[in-house]
Amino acid sequence: MNNKTRTPLFHVSKRGLLPWYKAWAIRAAALLLALVACGVITSLVTGQNPIQVYAAIINGSFGSPRKIWVLLQNIAMLLCVSLAVTPAFRMRCWNLGAEGQALIGGLAAAACMILLGKTLPNWAVIACMCVASLAAGALWAAIPAVFKARWNTNETLFTLMMNYVATQLVAYYCVVWESPKGSGTIGVINPSTEIGWFPQIGSYKYLLNILIVAIVCVAMYIYLNYSKHGYEIAVVGESERTARYVGIKVDRVIIRTMLLSGAVCGLAGLLLVGSTNHTLTTTIVDGRGFTAVMVSWLAKFNPIWMILTSFLIVFLGRGSGEIATKFGLNRSFGDILTGLILFFIIGSEFFINYQIHFRKSGGKEG
Amino acid sequence: MKKLIALMLAVVMVVALGAFAPAASAETTVKAGFIFLHDENSTYDLNFINAAKEACENLGVEYLLKTGIPEGQECYDAAAELVDEGCNFIFADSFGHEPFLIQAAKEFPEVEFCHATGTQAHTVGLANYHNAFASIYEGRFLGGVAAGLKLNEMIESGAITEDQALVGYVGAFPYAEVVSGFTSFFLGVRYVCPSATMQVTFTNSWYDPTLEKEGAIKLISNGCVLLSEHADSMGAPTECESNGIPFVFYNGSAADACPNTFIVASRINWAPYMEFAMTCVANGEEIPADWTGTIATDSVLLTEVNEQAAAAGTVEKLEEVKAALLDGSLKVFDTATFTANGETLTEYLADVDDMGDFVPETNVIADGYFHESEYRSAPYFDLFIDGITNIDA
Repeated sequence: MNNKTRTPLFHVSKRGLLPWYKAWAIRAAALLLALVACGVITSLVTGQNPIQVYAAIINGSFGSPRKIWVLLQNIAMLLCVSLAVTPAFRMRCWNLGAEGQALIGGLAAAACMILLGKTLPNWAVIACMCVASLAAGALWAAIPAVFKARWNTNETLFTLMMNYVATQLVAYYCVVWESPKGSGTIGVINPSTEIGWFPQIGSYKYLLNILIVAIVCVAMYIYLNYSKHGYEIAVVGESERTARYVGIKVDRVIIRTMLLSGAVCGLAGLLLVGSTNHTLTTTIVDGRGFTAVMVSWLAKFNPIWMILTSFLIVFLGRGSGEIATKFGLNRSFGDILTGLILFFIIGSEFFINYQIHFRKSGGKEG
Repeated sequence: MKKLIALMLAVVMVVALGAFAPAASAETTVKAGFIFLHDENSTYDLNFINAAKEACENLGVEYLLKTGIPEGQECYDAAAELVDEGCNFIFADSFGHEPFLIQAAKEFPEVEFCHATGTQAHTVGLANYHNAFASIYEGRFLGGVAAGLKLNEMIESGAITEDQALVGYVGAFPYAEVVSGFTSFFLGVRYVCPSATMQVTFTNSWYDPTLEKEGAIKLISNGCVLLSEHADSMGAPTECESNGIPFVFYNGSAADACPNTFIVASRINWAPYMEFAMTCVANGEEIPADWTGTIATDSVLLTEVNEQAAAAGTVEKLEEVKAALLDGSLKVFDTATFTANGETLTEYLADVDDMGDFVPETNVIADGYFHESEYRSAPYFDLFIDGITNIDA
């Protein structure tokens, strides 16, 4: 055979480290391409003017001061859950149970509001809620963590399954505490006394949540990058054997980190129940436990970048809702656009890490 | 010349408008905002979405629809955003939206808020918050009559004996809304077929095709010869179709999917209420705290009778019974037609005022009938009457 050395049409090779401006140029190009692709699909499928659709997406987040507050509140809640999963992810421990950990934290908060609301003063109820929610979230993460540390069970499946247990528990208590009777929903808890409701800062409904999450975000950044714990997490994530070799107690780091992860999820549940909704439903976390995985990955597990990635996802989600209302399109259409944009953004990471070499025209003769 | 006439006409119009200005200023331009739990893929929400579009188009009202709004703070946010957009009439369609809509109603007293299926408007003390429902029990009663006629036909043809006239009912939850529904259906059946009895099973879910199908299988194997249901999937109807068991449906027609066994269905039409409430807003009139739509207001509708499955003469009989309901000579919950624990009811306390205490406080029996949906719009008939067996109990 004379074409033994025939080269393929193209081949892919790992790139060296790109200078930051090149990496960002690739990302910007991806975003631009995504917008063009979305525009083409919008005009083809719905016949709407894509410029107007983009305007509506922006209007969905920034159209009024209220929309900006809702945007910030949603970013804060998504960021909170994303921050929670990050320490575990840095350790290469795939905590997919954030949804359940947040939900169980919310359940604990609601339990305090309902059961202690008549006997304890407001500040004591709120204190109990804080302790109970963080502990419940931590417990929900600790169970799979102990099993992983002791018996090396698969944390991905274990944490995932704990979500369903949490959902069913909440469903059960929604019936136990239902109000009004026969509704199967809890309704607003302590509507007249407002016991267990977190205080509102001035006239800003969501400011407290936003501030708390901002503090958690900075604290998490410092913890992961400048503390001994953070270093241990990084080492365990790189290689458990290395960690053992240098004398890190891997089991302890896994359990400790998962406890932290669960407790921050519990905080998210606490804020959702105590500060925002004042009720509990099985859907209160609204999939944030899973969206957080993407937020964390997209930001390469950096808490500060996560502000940007959670903004991106919340912004696109609010835009979907706005399109649905403004153009009478189904909400799913907005989700399709969101999916497309994320596809391009995630795809751009491929081109940052790898290079494609095409066969040179003369290469045929090899 | 034409220009001159046009100019004069314009002057006349301006003067005329000026003359009528005081009357015109009482008119408010309505902008409506609607909040739905899911989108049009849910039969429940679709029924509301269609009604909202129909009502607004009939009145020429500008409107905004927000779909997929959960029963939480998002409902308040959605309502507040609609207010920001200039809406002065806001409607939400799901039971769990109520507390969050009330929160918005407190904050925006100049906007009218209407909520379907809720219970708190008559006690919450807000002038701009209102509940609505429909006397769907009348529709179910009519469905029961159609079912009873079918049973009679089966008895006459010798397919079953009088004692075998057993009806099955797949219910969602054992709550007043469902109990009121199957009781009125059963009373309709017995109105024409006095020997009928009924078995009920619950799925404890509003939408679960598998459980609803299993419920139907259970009832059929218990000897039920006709089924009805109150849940939102096609689970039970498709099971009936494959077993040749006639059934009466809810929310919409199943004639396409089940041509051989679907008899008739009842549904709530929300458009009359929406039109009524928006007209009130336009004229600056007060909307009542509770509003119950009836057959008379076109809020309770029956689908077309499927002649292939229904007994002969069903359409005529339904017209006759409907007329009797309309003129008030026939009451669905006439206490002379049923007993509970062997006794005729003369007094019954229902938990009409939903204060979270679960304490029944209002006597709802007077003038020989149970006054369903009169003290508030949402149903409160939660009594198991004789002749109905809960097979899950």
